[in-house]
Amino acid sequence: MRALLKITWVELKLFLREPTTLVFTFAFPVVILFVMGEIFGKIYGQGGDEPRRLMFRGFEPLDYYVPAYMALVTASVGVIMLPARLTAYRAGGVLRRFRASLVPIWAVLGSQMLAASVLGGIGSVLVWAFGKLVYDVRVPAAPGAVVVGFLASAFAFAAIGALLGAVMPSPRAAQGAGLMLFFVMLFVSGTGPPIEVMSDTMVRIGEFLPLTYAVEALQDAWNGLGWNWGDLAVLAGITVVAGWVALRVYRWG
Amino acid sequence: MEETAAASDIVIEVQDLRKVYGHHVTAVDGLSFDVRRGEIFGLLGSNGAGKTTTVECVQGLRTPTAGTVRVLGHDPRRESGALRGRLGCQLQESRLPDHLKVWEALDLFASFTPGAADREVLLAQWGLAEKRGASFASLSGGQRQRLFIALALLSRPEVVFLDEMTTGLDPAARRVAWRLIEQVRDSGATVVLVTHFMDEAERLCDRVAVVDAGKIVALDAPRLLVARYDPLEEVVFTCETEDLEWLLRVPGVGSWERRGRRVVVHGTGPLLAHVAAALVEHGILPDDLRVHEPSLEDVFLKLTGHTVED
Repeated sequence: MRALLKITWVELKLFLREPTTLVFTFAFPVVILFVMGEIFGKIYGQGGDEPRRLMFRGFEPLDYYVPAYMALVTASVGVIMLPARLTAYRAGGVLRRFRASLVPIWAVLGSQMLAASVLGGIGSVLVWAFGKLVYDVRVPAAPGAVVVGFLASAFAFAAIGALLGAVMPSPRAAQGAGLMLFFVMLFVSGTGPPIEVMSDTMVRIGEFLPLTYAVEALQDAWNGLGWNWGDLAVLAGITVVAGWVALRVYRWG
Repeated sequence: MEETAAASDIVIEVQDLRKVYGHHVTAVDGLSFDVRRGEIFGLLGSNGAGKTTTVECVQGLRTPTAGTVRVLGHDPRRESGALRGRLGCQLQESRLPDHLKVWEALDLFASFTPGAADREVLLAQWGLAEKRGASFASLSGGQRQRLFIALALLSRPEVVFLDEMTTGLDPAARRVAWRLIEQVRDSGATVVLVTHFMDEAERLCDRVAVVDAGKIVALDAPRLLVARYDPLEEVVFTCETEDLEWLLRVPGVGSWERRGRRVVVHGTGPLLAHVAAALVEHGILPDDLRVHEPSLEDVFLKLTGHTVED
């Protein structure tokens, strides 16, 4: 347990020393929120009830995007940063060194997942603060459900990241797979174009991707639709299955 | 002398160790050896001979296919808890995260073992005190090795494994590393040294196991190995004189040969003295008369049929 917390702490410090990862993780969701805010917030924001009924699941555009980008931050940390880090540690022998010191697998993977969740939390707060200051987004309708939705999302993507980190043969492969998955999710999970303008094919693809469920769960909690137990169950299932498989197939060196 | 070591002085006991990867890659093929408390024990062999696999089995990092391993009286695989903190490892080709600072590395690895050694003392002892705030990426090869040794010694281990620790170091840094290894032993730890450098094994090890193709082909003190497997001394000198057949009548001389302008005399006993006396007697006074002492390298070549680089 001490090892778990210590590695988590060191990982967070190391993250702060890597400017490129830092900027991508924290600035990208804010930038894309700004773009969506400028496009949809201005066009549909003051347009009365008509556009709202047609798009953004009936929510204000920014109340659609802010919770969605909280989920997006967890996806970015989970599928891009975490696998790259785990595979780089394997290639460099850092993991063998941990293993020689009898650090258990669950502490290595767990600390990465914990660090990813903390970073996701910081990124989410930044997204929310930007939305609040610039576009005056609403106060979340069900804060508890938002927090739980965020945690479910963070754990699910951390588990997926741990799995990718366990099966990907090299840092390069992990980076490629992570970026690919991230950008596909970005466009079809409700974090890009609003769900109403996507084709049936895009929606169907989205149904197979975890970000769709994380986005919906957070949007529901944010906008007063309450706890979306179905989505939370999907995220919990992903966490358990991906985490379990990651532990099973994990290789040290 | 071999049999007098008391059982309590044996820290590592390996018997008929076999390790097969997949179905047919035999990395280790029936190895047996003991390591005694307080010695520097060498595993010498070329790359791929099975040294690292052997050490990983001893450390409990791999499960042997067959055979038994006891470390400090415990099975390293099933009783790893009993060995926690008692073994220290400097791993071959292992890095730390680039941005990790020296003191953070010590702090991190100290958190893995209860009762860790004083980090400041270790930093000072291994010449890293001014580097405590430096990132791993900024360290030189020698500094990284010193950091790895310091990490290996954090838990005050009874047995320290050093795997190819001077690979990639320049000659001066290697000599420094050798002193460090002796320092580790002098601090009371038993050292298992894995190396493919002959001079390193010869210079440092109390006993050496020569490993080839997963088997131990010889095991003894380097000096005794040389005496047993390559007892012939060589005396070399430069001389233009063609007729040197009388050399065969000199006491101790077994044979002689000409290599260009050089003459090489093989034999036993106090060869140099006898050859020198005979040369003077024949009016030949070479100014480069010297003995070529047989080395572990010659023994290795003789035992394995190849040099360590092959």
